[in-house]
Amino acid sequence: MHNMHHIISIRDFEREDIDALLTKAQQIQSLGSYKQTLRGKLVALLFFEPSTRTRMSFASALARLGGEAITVDSVEGSSISKGETLADTIKVVSSYVDAIVLRHPKEGAARLASEFSSVPVINAGDGAGQHPSQTLLDLFTIKENMKLDGIDLGLLGDLRYGRTAHSLSYALSHYDVTIHTITPKSLEMPQWLSTELKERGTEVVEHEKLEDIINDLDVLYATRIQRERFPDMASYARVANTYKITPETLKDVRKNLILLHPLPRAGEIDPAVDALPYAKYFRQAANGIPVRMAMLEDVIL
Amino acid sequence: MSVKKHEGGMLINPIRDGTVIDHIAAGEALTVLKILGITGSCNEELSIATNVSTKNPAVKKDIVKISNRELSKSELNKIALIAPNATINIIRNSKVVDKAGVEIPTVVTGFVRCPNPGCITNSDEPIETKFKVVNGTLHCLYCDNILKSDIINYII
Ligand SMILES: [Zn+2]
Repeated sequence: MHNMHHIISIRDFEREDIDALLTKAQQIQSLGSYKQTLRGKLVALLFFEPSTRTRMSFASALARLGGEAITVDSVEGSSISKGETLADTIKVVSSYVDAIVLRHPKEGAARLASEFSSVPVINAGDGAGQHPSQTLLDLFTIKENMKLDGIDLGLLGDLRYGRTAHSLSYALSHYDVTIHTITPKSLEMPQWLSTELKERGTEVVEHEKLEDIINDLDVLYATRIQRERFPDMASYARVANTYKITPETLKDVRKNLILLHPLPRAGEIDPAVDALPYAKYFRQAANGIPVRMAMLEDVIL
Repeated sequence: MSVKKHEGGMLINPIRDGTVIDHIAAGEALTVLKILGITGSCNEELSIATNVSTKNPAVKKDIVKISNRELSKSELNKIALIAPNATINIIRNSKVVDKAGVEIPTVVTGFVRCPNPGCITNSDEPIETKFKVVNGTLHCLYCDNILKSDIINYII
């Protein structure tokens, strides 16, 4: 048996690891969903906080590979709410299954789980921490449309708290990508991250206005701007309105621009944009399936 | 060992066997003792001097002397982390036998708490905290949070 490995954080990935996983996902996608490589394998989908889409996406990916999911429907009433440690839960559950997909509200929970598990652990999001399958499907979607090198990518929205943007920008620092941050004041990318990116050789250019840069982008990655980050409704509405993407916003963009969003959206992208060729966010969500299939195969086989 | 005089006269008696930690930043002697797990009720004979004058009138320092105890490598490394300028002399038979070079450890386990309340290490789990040391800052290996200047406040 080869060394057991887990997928915990995109920071554990070297460029070759990312490329290998994306290639695997691409092969799976081109084969369709008839490759039953995980027949007879059991995977626990251990979700300590609700995330219907991520759970469905992993369940679907697993079923398409012929594997079976064991899920915990509600954390209330299970041993978990009776004060059992996560370490104990993981020790027990890992003796039932061939892999664990974990979603947990505490940052670092997946790392802990990997230390106590006898089977591979995939992190499906831990609190404000890592969510590597999201980052990998983001990269997959970009790569489906263009080379990952020599591009200008805009990150729009809440870059202070948004973990999707943090993980994606870290992963992009393996490639020759110029990152343009487009944020309202107070939601800028944290200093430690922009410093780290620059130290890794990635050019990071800050913008406050979308119109200053949108026509020079190859990728525009919009993220949710949360109401609770603002002192009152009025200041939220003002910011939300400034960054809203409409057909008008996109009238002079590059032909090859792709527009991504981790979904669900909360008004950042006007539904009228959905019909334009730039809109790739539903495709992006669909790409979660081959990418998660590749992740499951990668850790189990 | 010659008796070391300070401007204000001799502050602490020299010791015969043990460890002298000198050049601790003023006010941090007690933190050093805390790291070493030394409390008032332990057996070691202790001398502590705080706010001792140095050649530089603008700089004060603390000194800790512990009789009959030689610090281990891992204890030295912990001290290095919070008092990087400290010098540590191991004394045997009234002679300095080792001017221990302190070395900042690459990973710090179990004696610093993660400042992130959402970090799993702050839950009731059977694990020790683990940090990677990067340029004097601590990076939590669980939640990726970074602990910068105020490490002392997070010592367990
Ligand atoms: Zn932490």
